[in-house]
This record gives sequence, structure tokens and C-alpha cells, in this order.
Amino acid sequence: MASQQEHTVKAFDQDIGQLRGLISQMGGLAEAAIGHAMTALQRGDLELADRIRQDDRRIDAIEADVERTAVRIIALRAPLANDLREVVAALKIAAVVERIGDYAKNIAKRVPLIEGEHRIEPLSTVPAMAKIAAEMVHDALDAFAARDAAKAVEIVRRDRTLDDFYDSIFRTLVTYMVENPKTISQCAHLLFVAKNLERIGDHATNVAEMVHFAATGNQMTDREWGNQ
Amino acid sequence: MTDHAKITAEGVNVFYGAKQAIRNVSLHVRQDEVTAFIGPSGCGKSTFLRTLNRMNDTIAGARVEGDVRLDGEDIYARAMDVVQLRARVGMVFQKPNPFPKSIFENVAYGPRIHGLARSKAELAQIVERSLQRAGLWNEVKDRLSESGTALSGGQQQRLCIARAIAVDPEVILMDEPCSALDPIATARIEELISDLRGRYAIVIVTHNMQQAARVSQKTAFFHLGELVEYGDTSAMFTNPREERTKDYITGRYG
Ligand SMILES: Nc1ncnc2c1ncn2[C@@H]1O[C@H](COP(=O)(O)OP(=O)(O)OP(=O)(O)O)[C@@H](O)[C@H]1O
Ligand SMILES: [Mg+2]
Repeated sequence: MASQQEHTVKAFDQDIGQLRGLISQMGGLAEAAIGHAMTALQRGDLELADRIRQDDRRIDAIEADVERTAVRIIALRAPLANDLREVVAALKIAAVVERIGDYAKNIAKRVPLIEGEHRIEPLSTVPAMAKIAAEMVHDALDAFAARDAAKAVEIVRRDRTLDDFYDSIFRTLVTYMVENPKTISQCAHLLFVAKNLERIGDHATNVAEMVHFAATGNQMTDREWGNQ
Repeated sequence: MTDHAKITAEGVNVFYGAKQAIRNVSLHVRQDEVTAFIGPSGCGKSTFLRTLNRMNDTIAGARVEGDVRLDGEDIYARAMDVVQLRARVGMVFQKPNPFPKSIFENVAYGPRIHGLARSKAELAQIVERSLQRAGLWNEVKDRLSESGTALSGGQQQRLCIARAIAVDPEVILMDEPCSALDPIATARIEELISDLRGRYAIVIVTHNMQQAARVSQKTAFFHLGELVEYGDTSAMFTNPREERTKDYITGRYG
């Protein structure tokens, strides 16, 4: 699948290596942001919530770096075949990871809004959902680094679990709001948090699809999606 | 596949003395397409290109085996008139090679020896039309009596294309036609190739991957005398089937 052979022009390999490094750095930050957002939410940690916003600027900066590097590679090296697919995938993945960072930031923004309220019980299932979402992000970027199409397929299938989680949290929160109207504000915020996590899963799935295309040159089939 | 095939080559082998330069190559050139030949130096692109209009006949020690047909007609048949064949399948070389004669004469030479013009006026018309199609007319119309060798490299190459066009060929073979040209002159030749597409079947040998990707619809990748992969250009440059093709076009060949 992935060509292990080096380019005749060594600088080409360095450029591609730099691009991969930036993507994995970005992915690491996004994954950490999801985890931190959960911790901040559970503990009502305003300082940590604020740090997530700072870190998001770094994600944005790296995205700009990816764009510059990819544009330079295209201009100087005119990549083809798997190289071309990888550079294009890197560009798109950077944009998606940036969005994932935004979702984490959005979760962090809700920390002060529910601060001071008595924590309701459904909050305890949200971190479990966040853990799966963060793992999907982590594994999708690992799959990119390894150009591992099989792993990409496996990630796409995991998205179902996240959707199920969301449905379950949704039902629980609605029941809670009906039973105890005082929790409506907090429940509404948690609903958005769960929705953000569900979107993060969708984006990780997107990344996995791009990884599959970059690695194989083909879109995932319905069968690989597990649609039949 | 045979539907629009202008040239069909089946099981072609070429030898230079005892050395085999082309090994069992089969390939069809379609009428309405530009076909690009790519591959590392010495892989046999020029050798195979020359089998398509029997230019190898002119090389001492070269021997061609196999079946090559133009519109179904065996071009290696005894009855084939080679001069006529090379008018039908014209060739443009890597280095522009105008005759040391006037621009007009360079283009008029072919139609004259093939008796394509019945009058001076008709000959002048053919010359003008050929120079027009080669995108050179506006630059030379006021200096047709000047020597062809006084033109710039890019202009000379277009003059050679005009010369090939002048005999009303069916196929044009180009062997690295842009390798001696600057980017602007190269772009003009590429533009010309797209203009000529459809009117002539075109085969171009190039070392420039981007050029192959830009101008051709089909690409053939040769390696060590073999045809490794042949297919749609867009697929070839985004997702080649063969590992050897991929390593070559991504600059990993070594
Ligand atoms: N006239 C000749 N006599 C003997 N061997 C030849 C002759 N012409 C070519 N060859 C050999 O045949 C092989 C193919 O040569 P050819 O010129 O077709 O390669 P090519 O793909 O066009 O290379 P390049 O990209 O450098 O033009 C080479 O090994 C070359 O040395
Ligand atoms: Mg050659």
C-alpha cells in the first residue's frame, strides 16, 4: 500500500515528513482539548476551560502551517499519485481537525454557564461518550500517519456507537427536564455538549474516509461502511 | 477498444542487433485522443514510437517484429509505400530541425513532393493554413522568405509541426517536442496539441509528468522495453495500478 521507498529528491521526503508531523501535532492538541473540556465540565474548572480556548489558537496556527506547507509542496514538487492524494488529504484533514478543536472550545464555553448549579446525574455518561469521540480522533490520525486503510474502515464503523450514545443521552436529558424543570438550563447545555461530541465523531469519520482514499485511491464502499 | 483505434500494435519486439529494446508490446492509439508515452531514459519510448511509422527502417541493425496496423492496414506489408506512410503518420522530433531554407519552403516542401497542390495559389493556401494551425502564422506571415533556421527554438518547433501538418497526416508522432523550449513556448505547443486533438491522432513522448497529465487522455508507461501500464491519464496520475508506475511518476524510481 504505502510506498516505503524514498524519493530520489530527499527534500521531498522531508517536506512530506513535515506535513505529517504538523497533522499529528494538531490531532494531539484536538484530542487533548476534548479530554480537558470534559474535565473542566465535570469539575467546573474555569481556568482549564480558559486554557482550552488558548490551545485552540495553537490548533488554528498549525492549520495555517499545514496550508503553507502543502501549497509549497504542490508548487515545488508537483506531487502525483499517492503523494498527491496524501497532500490533498492533509489539507482537508487539517480543516476538519480545526473544526474538532472548535467543538471542544464550544464545550469549554459552557463550563461557566452551568457553573454553580448542582451537577445532575446524566453528566456522568457524557465523559464516557467524550472518551469514545476522542479515541476516534486519535485513531483516525494514527491511521493517517500509518496510511492504514483497514484501521480507517474500523473507525468509520465506530461512529454508530457514538450515535447510540447521543440518542440515549438525549432521551435521558429530556426525561430529566420534564421531571425537574429547574434543571432545564443545565440539561440544555449538556444536550449541546453531547451534540458537539456526536459531531466530533462525524468529523473523525470524515478523516477516516480521507485516510482510506489517500491510502488506496478509492472511496470506501458500502460494505466497508457496514451498510449491509 | 478497437472501435476508434487508429493504430493497433500487437506483440511488437524491436532489436538493435542482438539487443532487444522493445519486448512484446501491444497498444492501441485512438483516433480522437492524445496518447502520452512516459518512462525512464532508455526504456524504449522513442524506439516504440518509431515503429509506428517505420522510422526504425532508417536505423542500421534495427529489426522490428510484430503487427502494426494503421486503420487495419499492415504498415510492415511489402506493398506499403513507406514515403506515403510517413506522410500519413508524421513526426516531430525533440530538436526542431527546419531545413536551411525559407519558412515558406519548409512548409511547402512536403505538399509539393506529395503533389497535394495543383497550383501555386493552392500551395500558398496550404502553407498558410498549416502555419495557422501550428499557431505560427501571425508571427511569420511578413517574413515567409526568411530562413527557417532564423526563428527562435519555440518558433522552429511550431514550424516543424506546421511542416508535419502540411501533408495532411492522420497521425502525428512527437518525440519530446518541448524538451528544448522555455515554459512559454512549451505552453504554446501544449495549447496547440489540444487544438489539434480530434483532427489528428497524436502520440507524444515526454519526460515531463505534468505535461503528460495536461495534454493526454491516455498514458503508456514503459520500463526496460516493456509496456508496464496503459490507461486513462487521469487514473494513471492519481491512482496508478502498478507499483512500478507509481514509483516512477512520484519520483521514487531508482
Ligand atoms: N540506434 C541504436 N542502436 C543501438 N541501440 C539503440 C539505438 N537506439 C536506441 N538504442 C537502445 O535501445 C534502448 C531504448 O532506447 P530509446 O532511445 O528508445 O529509449 P527512450 O525511452 O526514448 O530514452 P530517452 O528518454 O533517453 O529518449 C536503449 O537501451 C538504447 O540504448
Ligand atoms: Mg527517446
